[in-house]
Amino acid sequence: MTWLPEWVVLEGLAILGATCGAVGSLALLRRQNLLADTLAHAALPGICLAYLITGEKDLPLLLLGAAVSGTLGVWLILAIVQTSRLKQDAALGIVLSTFFALGLLLLTYLQNFPAGNQAGLNTFIYGQVAYLRGDHVRWMLGVGVIVLFLIALLYKEFKLVCFDPEYAQTLGLRRRLLEFLLAMLLVLTVLISLRSVGVVLTVGLLTAPAAAARQWTNRLSAMIVLAAGIGVVCSWIGALWSQNVPLTPAGPAIVLTASVFMLGSLLLAPRRGVLAEWLRQLAHRRKVRLENLLSDFYRLGEIRHVWDRPWSVADLAAVRGLTPDAVRRTLNDLEDAGLAVESDGGWQLTQQGLDEAARIVRMHRLWELYLSRRLDLAADHTHRDAEAMEHVLTPELVAELEAALEHPETDPQGKPIPRGRPLAENHERN
Amino acid sequence: MDPELYRMSVVLLTGSLTAAATALVGSFLVLRRMSLIGDAISHAILPGVVLGFLLSTERHPLALFPTAAATGVLTVWLIETLFRSRRLSEDASTAVVFPALFALGVLLISRIRYVDLDLDCVIFGRIEDVDRRPLILLGTDLGPRALWMLGSMFVLDLLLVVGLWKELKIGTFDPALAESLGLRPAWIHYLLMTAVSLTAIAAFEAVGAILVVAFLVVPAATAYLLTDRLWLMVALAVGFGIASVFVGYILASEPILNSQGAAAMAVAAGMLFGVVWLVAPRHGLVATLLRRRRLVKPE
Repeated sequence: MTWLPEWVVLEGLAILGATCGAVGSLALLRRQNLLADTLAHAALPGICLAYLITGEKDLPLLLLGAAVSGTLGVWLILAIVQTSRLKQDAALGIVLSTFFALGLLLLTYLQNFPAGNQAGLNTFIYGQVAYLRGDHVRWMLGVGVIVLFLIALLYKEFKLVCFDPEYAQTLGLRRRLLEFLLAMLLVLTVLISLRSVGVVLTVGLLTAPAAAARQWTNRLSAMIVLAAGIGVVCSWIGALWSQNVPLTPAGPAIVLTASVFMLGSLLLAPRRGVLAEWLRQLAHRRKVRLENLLSDFYRLGEIRHVWDRPWSVADLAAVRGLTPDAVRRTLNDLEDAGLAVESDGGWQLTQQGLDEAARIVRMHRLWELYLSRRLDLAADHTHRDAEAMEHVLTPELVAELEAALEHPETDPQGKPIPRGRPLAENHERN
Repeated sequence: MDPELYRMSVVLLTGSLTAAATALVGSFLVLRRMSLIGDAISHAILPGVVLGFLLSTERHPLALFPTAAATGVLTVWLIETLFRSRRLSEDASTAVVFPALFALGVLLISRIRYVDLDLDCVIFGRIEDVDRRPLILLGTDLGPRALWMLGSMFVLDLLLVVGLWKELKIGTFDPALAESLGLRPAWIHYLLMTAVSLTAIAAFEAVGAILVVAFLVVPAATAYLLTDRLWLMVALAVGFGIASVFVGYILASEPILNSQGAAAMAVAAGMLFGVVWLVAPRHGLVATLLRRRRLVKPE
């Protein structure tokens, strides 16, 4: 035994991973992953019946049986949802459990069959990666290629049906046919993966790589390719794990690997990731802290009509009731950014800092004015909202606000809306 | 007593208690559109079951309850956290969490061969063997273990549903109202999920993980087609559950199906659903189609 699984196993798993990733991406967008779970369970009676009728254990025959009972299951779910008060979840639960129980009954019946050699059928429940043989892999390859080819060929149509089925219909696309085709792709994919990873884990292999890929991109084409790639990599890692650690079945190893990939993507993906969001929040909180203190400098200057004198930490802390330590920390950050300098035992804004402070106060007051004029809010109700908006308004929005308010001079409380650096008043005082 | 008769009555009683206990909590799952949470929990508690076996030194069958229940609640929490992070849909969150936990469970079972835990038994259950596994407490044989476990589970579920009837009812139909009335719908939700997990574990031995979902969902869904009254729906669900146990038992007594009582009971539940779906007076297939026809062609 080598550390590397047989080539034929790797080949089969690559097809499986790629197909599951690609089809899983479409299923993910259509929220059909639990439908795939139901399909996988509903295939069992078909597999048993196909064997019972033909007495053959040929993979294509069993797959045909599975396709028939899977399709029947999907049709029943639709019928239950459309003609009763039950919702999708209950319909899925009913079809899943009843079909699977029926499959178990048939399986038991086959076990009691005198000549029945059903050893191969059990593998459909748990899956058996080591069971992959040349002819199975050829069938998987055939089915996988057809599925991937169809996705490539009808990519645009599928995309529309996934994102906006009504619009697809108005464009003259045959929505019903496309939805049926998508369901068939799901059936085919479930079928080729049943034998290798089993009923329960199939849904994991369909969902986890697609869910991982979704975190890295907003483009469907990129997501499909990425999910297929993750599917291949995860199934190979799982196979290696199973080959080299004793008593490790490959199916669970593959699904666990894919789940770890998904968890990692959820945490680390550059834009949608939890870590990225956390960092963004941290950066925003820092920005809010700095900008608040800048505007505090401005308000102190405005009250006393002096712009070039330093303020003590205590003065600054009193504006918002902050602790002196917190103010000192923010002051150090401002100094690092070149916006404030320490002088005469106090702190003073630099020219650049003063510009920045005036800009923020200006946005704050513009927004207050906008709220009180357009939404008829009382002047004393606009401050809180403006406190949040002053940190997120863009220059374009500010220009639009100005135009909409016809270049106002004062805010609702009658305070002047600053226009550039407040030096003129300063010189007047001197 | 005649041993055959004894066995039959134990199997039927265990089955009925399973059906009743699952239908009590299952009715609320169906109404809350969480039917598949039952499916997810019954698969995902597998690692908890194995862990419970590992942690208990005497391998006592009751030892798996705390860890398995914790795993069940963890499953629900994980699904909801993923969903609430707005990075995955509810469907995808469920479909990614329970296979992962199930895979972990299968891996644990495969690696720890010395645990007396048969994967087949965990997944499919063996209701016809319930009379062969006694509950031994302090050296006394107290009779079939499953009977005790499911009996207590039924009593617990009944206490929960009766005791928190108002909270469950309002929390199911109008969570916002429940919140404003101070009925703590979030707590009730997790209490219900704990009950579902515990019931699933208790039912494990008798009907197996995969068929638990049949007992949780199908009788309750059948009852929902027949009534708008919650108490009647719960009562009917219990009734349909017990009826499918008896019908399934008769089905399984056919010699060729001998060893799959639980599966036969699940199929019976599905058949009962099929019949009720066809003929239910207001929400059934025939009634709905007739009503639609009348709409298309007015007199």
